[in-house]
Amino acid sequence: MKTLIIITLVALMLVPVIGTGAQGDPVEVRFTCYQDGKECEVYGDLLATFMEENPDISVVIDQVEYQNILDVLPLNVETGQGPDIARLTNFSDLSEYYLDLRPLMEDPSLFDNFNAAVIDAFRPEGDDSGLYGYPDALTVTAPFVNASLFEQAGVELLGEGATWEEWIDALTQVAEATGTEYLFAIDNRGHRFAGPAMSEGATFFDDQGNFDLAGDEGFSTFAEMLKSWLDNGQSPADTWASGEALVDARSYFSNAQTVMYFSGSWQVGGFADTIGDAFDWVVVPNPTGPGGSTGVAGGAGIVAFDNGDEAKAQATARVIEYLLQPEVYAEFSGRTLNIPAHAGALEVGVTFDTDNPLVEAALNQLAQEATKLQDQALLLNIHPFAFAYYGSSNTRLQQYFAGEISLEEVTVLIQQDIDDAIANAE
Amino acid sequence: MTLKTIKSPLNAVRKPLNSLIDFLLTGSEFLFAGLQRVIGVRGMGYFFVLPNLLVFGIFILSPMLLNFVYAFTGSDNLFLSDRPYVGFDNLERLFTCEDYFKVNSCREDLFIRSIRNTALFVVTQVFFMIVVSLITALALNRKIVWRGFFRSVYFYPVLLSPIVVGLMWRWILQENGILNSFIVTLGGSKVGFLSSASWTRFWVVVISIWSLMGFYTLILLAGLQAIPDELYEASSMDGASNWRKFWSITLPLLRPTMLVVVVLALIRAVQVFDIVFAFSGGGPGTSTFYIVQYIFRNGFAGDTKELGLAAAASLVMAITLVGFTLIQLRVRGADDAL
Amino acid sequence: MATDARTKADNRGFFTRTKGINRLDWADIITYLYLFLGTLLMFGPVVWIVLSSFKTEAELIRFPPRALPYRQETVVVEGYEDPLPLFEVPMEDGSTVQLARVRRVGLEAQMVDPANPDEIIKADNTQIMPVEAVAFEVSNYKEGIQSFNFLRYFRNSVVVTVAATFLTLFINSMAAFSLSKYEYRGRNAVFIIIISALMVPISVILVPAFLLITEIGWNNNLLGVIVPGAATPTGVFLLRQYMLTIPDDLIDAARIDGATEWGIYVRIILPLAGPALAVLAIFSVMWRWNDFLWPKIVLTRSENFTLQLGLQAFQGDLQVQWHLILAMTVLTILPITLVFAFLQRFITTGIATTGMK
Repeated sequence: MKTLIIITLVALMLVPVIGTGAQGDPVEVRFTCYQDGKECEVYGDLLATFMEENPDISVVIDQVEYQNILDVLPLNVETGQGPDIARLTNFSDLSEYYLDLRPLMEDPSLFDNFNAAVIDAFRPEGDDSGLYGYPDALTVTAPFVNASLFEQAGVELLGEGATWEEWIDALTQVAEATGTEYLFAIDNRGHRFAGPAMSEGATFFDDQGNFDLAGDEGFSTFAEMLKSWLDNGQSPADTWASGEALVDARSYFSNAQTVMYFSGSWQVGGFADTIGDAFDWVVVPNPTGPGGSTGVAGGAGIVAFDNGDEAKAQATARVIEYLLQPEVYAEFSGRTLNIPAHAGALEVGVTFDTDNPLVEAALNQLAQEATKLQDQALLLNIHPFAFAYYGSSNTRLQQYFAGEISLEEVTVLIQQDIDDAIANAE
Repeated sequence: MTLKTIKSPLNAVRKPLNSLIDFLLTGSEFLFAGLQRVIGVRGMGYFFVLPNLLVFGIFILSPMLLNFVYAFTGSDNLFLSDRPYVGFDNLERLFTCEDYFKVNSCREDLFIRSIRNTALFVVTQVFFMIVVSLITALALNRKIVWRGFFRSVYFYPVLLSPIVVGLMWRWILQENGILNSFIVTLGGSKVGFLSSASWTRFWVVVISIWSLMGFYTLILLAGLQAIPDELYEASSMDGASNWRKFWSITLPLLRPTMLVVVVLALIRAVQVFDIVFAFSGGGPGTSTFYIVQYIFRNGFAGDTKELGLAAAASLVMAITLVGFTLIQLRVRGADDAL
Repeated sequence: MATDARTKADNRGFFTRTKGINRLDWADIITYLYLFLGTLLMFGPVVWIVLSSFKTEAELIRFPPRALPYRQETVVVEGYEDPLPLFEVPMEDGSTVQLARVRRVGLEAQMVDPANPDEIIKADNTQIMPVEAVAFEVSNYKEGIQSFNFLRYFRNSVVVTVAATFLTLFINSMAAFSLSKYEYRGRNAVFIIIISALMVPISVILVPAFLLITEIGWNNNLLGVIVPGAATPTGVFLLRQYMLTIPDDLIDAARIDGATEWGIYVRIILPLAGPALAVLAIFSVMWRWNDFLWPKIVLTRSENFTLQLGLQAFQGDLQVQWHLILAMTVLTILPITLVFAFLQRFITTGIATTGMK
């Protein structure tokens, strides 16, 4: 029909108006990146140096919001539109699309610098030798404390082995003496919640490493403790009331409205800027409970995707190989104030890019906390269904705090949600 | 008030622009005269609607239909060809409860909660939206100075993106926000606007009205201006009170406009999502968790995706809204607008 | 268009019209109070956001917040490299002096008199008050803009907005013309199908729509953002309602004069539908400029990002950077506000005459 032809012509006339850019000679490697601090900026600098040394490769960083990594990246990868490299947090979700770097790298032993279990988390099921990705930062959750308030109140800071009860006692004294509004604030994330819950005796997994939370007492104990703090105003109620939106409770701490703030190592850089020298802040050991004293691990990983192009794969492997050099990794950790997960980088020595003595001390204490992580705290970070737990626990805990479900139902419903996710994946 | 006297800066370029446009128009007329000879006048009627219909069919209608097919498939695969057919399992799962009086016993308790929340929201929001828009339209319809200014004032928030609106109000209402600061300055104590379920529900209604009332106000205003003055004159002669005029002339004659507004407001209220998502994220607990957020969470942005479940929920929503469409069509049928 | 308001008879009464500006009665006073309060409510939040966006990160988290952005004054003191912050320090005799703080050790502040830089004065850190002045901090904007390719994103946004608006106006007006002025089989069905799309919001069909775009190959192509949203039901409805009010006689007369159908569309219908087209143009600009969810899925390469996508890149996994979010929010509402300021009279008169009766 003639009309159709005309429509097609009109449509075709529109197409060339907006074409994509011209292709140059170098092989282009696309890197989808998100950042919490300035990770993508630092990668930009590092890769600029790389490109000077390797003019045949051009790396383009596409910086996106974190949410994009969770929702858009999988869509693109699954439809063959994915990038060559990405920085992500769900290590195993897309593993069937990863590129095996082992045959492409000059020195695959660079991957030996990492904890073998973490490298294994990137592998698809049934594969035990491929090299697909590595963690570019190790984060660990721990409490921050306003030391100046302790000093003003004349209360001694508690150290290793102090329980939540002792901490709450001390925090109450400090808050009363200094007129501080809150004792304690914690981000509304099931991830942050997991550490203290484990310290209170929660066991997240069964012997096979599968989630087994239904009826877990440690988990319920800490949920109940947190609810009482939120209810009686010892902890700001806004934090655990915002559904899927992340409210990091950071501003309460940097504004000296709370004595303690439970978060993680990624906050350090931000505190150096926002708090300045308004007060002294320190990282203290995770409070101890029947289950010990542990935070949980976290962190982002760098992975390579197989886009079926030999030249690109080669180039991608060279980029990753460069980023894995101990000096380069150490520079990345130092400039982004992240705890390195790379043994070689630790040997070379990481110089944190700061002249603030508080930052230095905090990072040292956090590195100390990282060594104390329980096995389940490490496993949570790399578990294939960790995200089912994160998504569900956020909602279920907040429902409990809002009085919509009972304490008993919390762990049951979380486990049910995780089971649903597992069933759906099969 | 004398906007007429302001000359458009476009005037300078108007002449050459006009001749260019004229040239293009003549050219296109020549082109399409040929087409008309082939397909005839009636054919041109089809021709005019075709581009819109094509774009619509390809990019809106077919994904919509495709989506409904997903409702009957399972697994976490993306492509339809990889997804096993599961029949009505997804729909069944949405409405399975051990005890229909206990939400928590439902298989998809969050879905049931989202329906309850949406229903509550729709009823309150649409009612207050209409009331506030009508009062504002009546005020704007009075003989006042700065009419044009006031009219556009109420329209301004309509132009802001929903995400901006949500974030903005979150910033204002948070515990350390400006509103709590006023309350504290006046001697009160902080209110947990974002941490109490009833306050958050209240504010979600307020914010959605704030951001959309300008649109409905203008439509109602147009309806008010279409009411002939003679009716009021005659009524005045009969000695009718103002109240009476409002009840016996304004409201009945505004009815057709009102019904358009009601139906549009209803549809938009059922679809409430982005403002609330940015504002409260569905919290506290799940007190502002609405049906579109449930679909969005399962179908796109959740930590785990269950496309089949999301598609089934969207099917349920579409069926509900078709009910509203039927009302809409019947209303339009009565009015000669269609 | 609305000039008839004041010439009409003043007998609509209490709920409808006033008796004139010179004779204010209590109903007028209530009306004005209501409208002024409304103005405050409509603009207030936006003004607060604009003010907040000029605050430093530390000032932003302050409670109670202050209306205007403040910054602590600093002074360059001989012997110190960086400028030092100034404080009001209470003396033992009850007077206060302005001193610069060198460093803080616990609760003790080591101060120095700028006039006498050699002597360190010790003070209680909790007793000293920062000397502050109103200052609009532009670093939020600078930091935000510098951290991404602002011009490129801005250009993409403009291309998308302009192209999509023209396309929308073009195909919607053609469809509206056909649906309002032609009689043919299936016309009502077409209209109903188009209107029924109002029922399903885009956030519900993201995945199938994305698969379709991938099938066509419009990933990372601005066309993938421009075209799909062009067939707006609202636009078709709005324009159709307006075109129904154009008398058929005009069209018949033109046909008798030998005008072609296309000629009638471009020379009669389009000019006469001007106000309605203006309204749709404003809506379309607003939709496209603010659009976020769909572009985010279609465009994943930074050279194709629109402004909204670039701005969202600030949202990390672990932190919410309010200072950047606020500044960038203001940047995105700025163009919309400008469009609004220049075109607002079309909005009011356009909608008022769109035949939504």
